[in-house]
Amino acid sequence: MPAPFITGRASVTQVMGWVLIALLPGIAVYVWLFGPGILITLGMATVTALAAEAAMLKARGYPVKPFLVDLSAVVTAWLLALSLPSLAPWWLIVTGTLFAIVVAKHLYGGLGQNVFNPAMVGYAVLIVSFPVQMTQWAGPLALTGESLTLAQSAAAIFGGLPKGTLDAVTMATPLDTLRTGLLQQHTVDEVMVQPIFGQFGGTGFEWLAVAFLAGGLLMWARRIIGWQVPLAFLAGVWLTAGFLHFYDAGRFGAPWFHLFAPSVMLGAFFIATDPVSGSTTPRGRLIFGFGAGLLTIVIRTWGGFPDGVAFAILLMNVCVPLIDQYTQPPIYGATRTGKDTQK
Amino acid sequence: MSRELFTFHGGVHPPEHKSESSGRPLHPPLLPRELVIPLRQHLGNPAKPIVEVGQRVLKGQMIGEADGYISTAVHASSSGVVTAVEMRPVPHVSRLPDLCVVIETDGQDEWIERTPLDPHAMSLADLRMHVRDLGIAGLGGAVFPSAVKLDPGAHHCPVLIINGGECEPWITCDDLLMRTRADEIMDGVAIMRHLLGSLQILVGIEENKPEAIAAMQAAAARLDFAVEVVPVPTIYPGGGAKQLIYTLTGKEVPSGKLSTDIGIQVFNVGTAQALARAVRHGEPLISRLVTVTGHVLRPQNYEVLIGTPMRVLIAEAGERDGATGVVMGGPMMGVPLASADVAVVKATNCVLVRSAELFPPLPRELPCIRCTRCADACPAALQPQELFRFAKAGDFGRAQEYHLFDCIECGCCNYVCPSHIPLVDYYRYAKSEIWAREKEKRAADLARERHEFRQFRLEREKKEKAEKLAAKTQAARAQAASAQPAESPATAPSEADARKALIAAALARAQAKKAETAPRNTEHLTPEQQRTIDEIEARRAKIRELAHQPLETEEKK
Repeated sequence: MPAPFITGRASVTQVMGWVLIALLPGIAVYVWLFGPGILITLGMATVTALAAEAAMLKARGYPVKPFLVDLSAVVTAWLLALSLPSLAPWWLIVTGTLFAIVVAKHLYGGLGQNVFNPAMVGYAVLIVSFPVQMTQWAGPLALTGESLTLAQSAAAIFGGLPKGTLDAVTMATPLDTLRTGLLQQHTVDEVMVQPIFGQFGGTGFEWLAVAFLAGGLLMWARRIIGWQVPLAFLAGVWLTAGFLHFYDAGRFGAPWFHLFAPSVMLGAFFIATDPVSGSTTPRGRLIFGFGAGLLTIVIRTWGGFPDGVAFAILLMNVCVPLIDQYTQPPIYGATRTGKDTQK
Repeated sequence: MSRELFTFHGGVHPPEHKSESSGRPLHPPLLPRELVIPLRQHLGNPAKPIVEVGQRVLKGQMIGEADGYISTAVHASSSGVVTAVEMRPVPHVSRLPDLCVVIETDGQDEWIERTPLDPHAMSLADLRMHVRDLGIAGLGGAVFPSAVKLDPGAHHCPVLIINGGECEPWITCDDLLMRTRADEIMDGVAIMRHLLGSLQILVGIEENKPEAIAAMQAAAARLDFAVEVVPVPTIYPGGGAKQLIYTLTGKEVPSGKLSTDIGIQVFNVGTAQALARAVRHGEPLISRLVTVTGHVLRPQNYEVLIGTPMRVLIAEAGERDGATGVVMGGPMMGVPLASADVAVVKATNCVLVRSAELFPPLPRELPCIRCTRCADACPAALQPQELFRFAKAGDFGRAQEYHLFDCIECGCCNYVCPSHIPLVDYYRYAKSEIWAREKEKRAADLARERHEFRQFRLEREKKEKAEKLAAKTQAARAQAASAQPAESPATAPSEADARKALIAAALARAQAKKAETAPRNTEHLTPEQQRTIDEIEARRAKIRELAHQPLETEEKK
């Protein structure tokens, strides 16, 4: 073996592990807002993902253990679980996770080879195929007075609740409410007086967004992610929404409201920063992040779905090779050729 | 007064492991029974052996003379008898044996007559010849013949940088040298300044060597010209020439060019000291400081005679069980050796003994996740993850487009990779493949030229044959034509004779006709034809030239 003979302590497991740790604040707030049902969702997605990962590794002739412990499947599972509505039925979770791991990850060549973010592929498949189930969000604590118990959540997830009961506990999300209101020719101000809208985002949802933001900052502080993608993503959302809001405040939601939707924070810090399917150059990351943020607002405003983060990121995933090719940074001695920068 | 420093891109902070060896004093030279001195210890042409088996040589006697401009001499490190001039294993990454002079030492360590030189009393060209004949080569690792670098001929280098960075973990020989022989280093710097006409002299030393910095600053203060000793941040590879240049001046060496192109020449501190010994004492480069460290009982710096087997040093430093290999150099860029039986050469700054505890085997390689930690760590500001992708896919053209050849193989990318991919191996592989392909292409071009020339030659020979034949028949016809009228009046033509003459004339006609239709000679060529032939001749000359080239370039490597 030639040099170097030493290596640093970084490992894929460590990188993925930090992503999971950074998700914990968000999960905690989620539990507080919507009850412990999310833990069932997370657990089920994790088990499904690991089983699918192991089966695919075996089928592809790879050693199972070193790849299972890299935790990348768990990250995919958690990101998908956190994107799903809090009362998503069990088969929805399993289907989405299977699609993410089997198709989006392994059929593209496994770890490091997937063109698209697996969790977002899983999400996109579900929202296109099962739009109704994908709206089964429980009302947040602040509106319902008490969050669902573990047993209630389990009943909802496994289909043990009578039909009427489920309808009683679910509620439209803030983004859904805004969208529906605007479609009914109400102005933004008219819609925004509803109780689902909170201080700067959606009631309850805004704190989930803050928790994801905190986790994201932790990852940045630990140098697990760079600042370019999240900042550009948030800027893309804020500037696009701000521009539209400034143009016609009656028809377009406020930029802060758009920014503090949990999906934006989750997308900006945890999903768009996926190194495998994202851009690799510093300038490319700015373009990638900004593009995803801009598309998020475009899809939210004019698209067929209430939220656009998943599609925005998938669309930008397609652009990565092009972005990377045209944003190669200058190498040592290439562009700054012999330039005397001495003062 | 503090100099503005520039921060180069990337770099890593591996554990330093300097204290193991830096605490102990310098170990005096050991005199092994046998010295194995390779004739190729520097870049450029290997030295030509000038001693014979059985000949007694003295310490410092030249045993190999410089061969050409980019070459330098090799000397006996101690007195003794030459027992062989043969191929021996040498410490080289290729692990191929090379021509060595083997000397059985006689224990007397008897010097040749040494003549100190006065650099100011001789021409600069003469001084450089002496430097070459005293075997001075860069001791920082590249071992480039110093005489060449001290020739400002083509490029005037107003800035002289002395490299005391020593950024590789474990190695402390330059540190010790600066701490103990700062004045001699500065003396060497003065000679360099004299040869190069330097206007500004900077010494870069990493901050983790405060004693060396203090010693060098004190020595600089005693000089009658200005030398600025600058502490630079401790970061690997801050001691790399290009990185040190940037840190100290903010200038980048243009891709594919040399530092002299931007007016900067860089020497290692050890080279400066060796130069001073050579000029002031007439001592050729026959010893150097070597850090013997890693998995040994007493890690220490040694003054080592060139040609001393590494095993002798390891034994003296205290061999331990569990050694898993020997590396020449540091853990980031060192050369793994097949065995410790090879000799210390001018390029040997460290003998690092590996063990499983100090250098555990690297974890299993996982796929690249494009996290770009390698790009963040790359001091050449490359995109190692892309280079890896191209190298692995065999897309060497793209790898070159992405500046593969600007990679300095420092190993930073390897070091930070969370997937533990041996990235540098992939780059070395891609580089060697590209070299091999270029060689192949050159060979193919050569073969094509040869084939084309052969075709031309065959054609020409055919033409020449036809031409000869035509000339012959023409001559025969002329003879026949002149013979007939001369004959007829002299003798009465009989019927038989007339018949014979008729047949002969018919034959001649037929032959003449044949000659007319046959290809004509090369005398009356159209300009086009002439041009073609000229072109072919030119190509032929080029072939001859090319046929000699590969040999020369190979020797240079």
